[in-house]
Amino acid sequence: MTKGHISKIRYLALAGAAAAALCFGAPTAQAGKADDTLNIAWDVEVPNANMYFDTSRNGVIIAHHVWDALVWRDPATGDFKPALATAWNVVNDKTIELEIRQGVKFHNGDPMTADDVVYTYNYLAQPDNGILNRNFSNWIAKAEKVGDNKVRITAKDTTPLMMLYITELGIYPEKYYKEVGPDGMGLKPVGTGPYKITAVEPGKRLEFEAFADYYDSPKGKPSIKKIVQRTIPEMNTQVVELASGRLDWIWRVPQDQAERLEKSGRVQIINADTFRVGYLALNAAGGPEDSPLRKQKVRQAINHAIDVEGIVKNLVRGSSQVIHSACYPEQFGCTDDVKKYPYDPAKAKALLAEAGYPNGFNTTLYAYRDRPQNEAMLSNLAAVGIKADLRYGQYAATRDALRKGEVPIASLTWGSNSVPDVDAILPIFFGGLPDDLAKDTEVQGWLKDAASTLDQDKRKALYKQALQKIAEQAYWVPTFTYTTNYAISNTLDFKPTADEIPRFWTAKWK
Amino acid sequence: MLIYTLKRLVVALLVALTISLISFGLLYLSGDPATTIAGESANQAAIEAIREQYGFNRPLYEQYFAWVGRALQGDFGTSFYFKVPVTDLIFERLPVTLGLGLSAIAFAIVLSIPLGVLAARYPNSIVDRLALTISVMGQAMPSFWFALLLIMVFSFMYPLLPSSGSETWVHFIMPTVVLGYYATPAIMRLTRTGMLEVLGADYIRTARAKGLRPRVVLFKHALRNAIIPVVSLSAVQLGFMLGGSIVVETIFALHGTGYLAWESIRRYDLPTVQAILLVFSLIYIVLTFLADLLNAWLDPRIRVG
Repeated sequence: MTKGHISKIRYLALAGAAAAALCFGAPTAQAGKADDTLNIAWDVEVPNANMYFDTSRNGVIIAHHVWDALVWRDPATGDFKPALATAWNVVNDKTIELEIRQGVKFHNGDPMTADDVVYTYNYLAQPDNGILNRNFSNWIAKAEKVGDNKVRITAKDTTPLMMLYITELGIYPEKYYKEVGPDGMGLKPVGTGPYKITAVEPGKRLEFEAFADYYDSPKGKPSIKKIVQRTIPEMNTQVVELASGRLDWIWRVPQDQAERLEKSGRVQIINADTFRVGYLALNAAGGPEDSPLRKQKVRQAINHAIDVEGIVKNLVRGSSQVIHSACYPEQFGCTDDVKKYPYDPAKAKALLAEAGYPNGFNTTLYAYRDRPQNEAMLSNLAAVGIKADLRYGQYAATRDALRKGEVPIASLTWGSNSVPDVDAILPIFFGGLPDDLAKDTEVQGWLKDAASTLDQDKRKALYKQALQKIAEQAYWVPTFTYTTNYAISNTLDFKPTADEIPRFWTAKWK
Repeated sequence: MLIYTLKRLVVALLVALTISLISFGLLYLSGDPATTIAGESANQAAIEAIREQYGFNRPLYEQYFAWVGRALQGDFGTSFYFKVPVTDLIFERLPVTLGLGLSAIAFAIVLSIPLGVLAARYPNSIVDRLALTISVMGQAMPSFWFALLLIMVFSFMYPLLPSSGSETWVHFIMPTVVLGYYATPAIMRLTRTGMLEVLGADYIRTARAKGLRPRVVLFKHALRNAIIPVVSLSAVQLGFMLGGSIVVETIFALHGTGYLAWESIRRYDLPTVQAILLVFSLIYIVLTFLADLLNAWLDPRIRVG
């Protein structure tokens, strides 16, 4: 090696050291408790912060922090409590009158009035408003002011879930919204909620700050001053940032990573149930005339063939529950009092033989997530002679094929949009809509009756009837509830809810 | 030369348009766009409203030509997902991807050309073996694994570098190393082979016989000739890096155009996907063109011929 070489190497080493020194001095986000900032990460980009223009889970979470609705539902008890409305009166099946709270301020300082309420509801009722999130607002016919602080809201039809829907509809400031429009609202949102948004970098970052003028709401005053949300698509990166203190809260951590994180001792793992249930949808009324799935005994055999308990125990783990009914156990109207099909391959084979398929048959199983679980189910089916090809695709493509009646068996999940009522699941899959593969007119009738009465006991009875027939006919193979792992800093006090809406205004530092 | 250049540009534009046509069709095959945009929880009414609003109920060719017509006027439309002009979206995120791509190719060149030259200068020596090891490792190691390994070491065990974000140049160190290392083996091996070939040539012997210093022979006489294919390769590699930095952008949460393209496909954000594809095909074409110019500058034979 010549002298020149050596001096070059020395130069490189110096440059490296300088770079390293700069890195040491590089600013990194600090752990949250010290500067009262909760650092959270989501894996999906938030398109904008306008709650009615984002159908994603994150949009719902933002909505609950930035906007208050007229009524608030206590997630612990299910009771309705006054929020932006102080009192209400259900006039008849389609009409409700509400007394609007006075002295509430929007984040921009404007007072919230009955006019803002009327404006918001009438805006949501317009068919051409372009909003994406219509599930909670489709029922509104109109809103009108019937006194200085009194508003009357009329529904198009009898709406049993009206109160529940009202709790999801944030009130927009009329003057500001007319000024900035939907796009402006997405970049500089203004609501009355416990947190105001102080910065929006679409897709990358959101900054929330506790709203100092927040009214005396049943939600309670927020304790943590700032929340910074960042989008980090890769879970491994999220995990490292949590473990090294740059994040305080992440969720949807896969079980194996959660177990490892917990061992590190720096974070707490909370495994909590969600409203999402898994199921196999069986094409009971469609497909070719001679499709085996048209036979009740075949469908029952499939139910007996799948070892749901084994899958939950070995693959899903955590606090996931085995379900037997086509709904999430805690939803209003859900019941476990239905025919159950314990894992019994011998019985499954016997049923198949009775149905005329002693050697089983070939079919296709469509799936869009959870490959290991689906492969376990495939081998369960193969064990009783049902040889199913796995067709793994995108959610939209799977659902399209299903709606065209091309899918014999589909492995799907449903989160009920976090609505704690079976109205958010049964009518969609058994009420005659495009996703209804059973096309059972009797069940459709009961569901229709249940949707046109405000008598909650009657609804409960009708849903029970429907769920019992769905199980008896084995239209579905209900599998298990999905749980999610929250991994949070040891310094944080946070309680998850099954509706998968983290309520950060209730979070505290320990 | 000018006519040649213009011809190439026209062909390039046609290629870009063909790519956009194919991608348009492919995206459509991946499922009902209205269902995707509306999200899982949307009901039929919402899906129908979206179909109407975005014009998905019109014939496919009509939708395509409407897009082409607007694109030719420089209007790439509004992102279905973000509700902002696609042009803004891309120009906001392009610097991240371009910066990453350029620094990665620079890293790859700085690492691989000297190594390649050294390996050729001392074939079958320990230096050669070392270079070979580095190159094999670069080829064998999946970039996501390498990225996570770096994060584990430099963000977790020794918290020196940030593992996500793109605020400062420090954020780009690990992504650059990962992405650049991926391109290293190819460039280095091509340099080594080229150098070996050139070093055996007569004019090198002549240069040596003239008594020129070994360094001058190596870098001025040999490298300049050996590097010509390397320039073309580097341009292609840079193109790959710009389009293929999805994994790196995802892991380091860089929010560049690679990640944007990938996510936009999943979200059926048609205007964004189409615009990014067009921009990238153009960049790719320009890169190849620049590589040709650079080669002409390096090698008078190309210039004259």
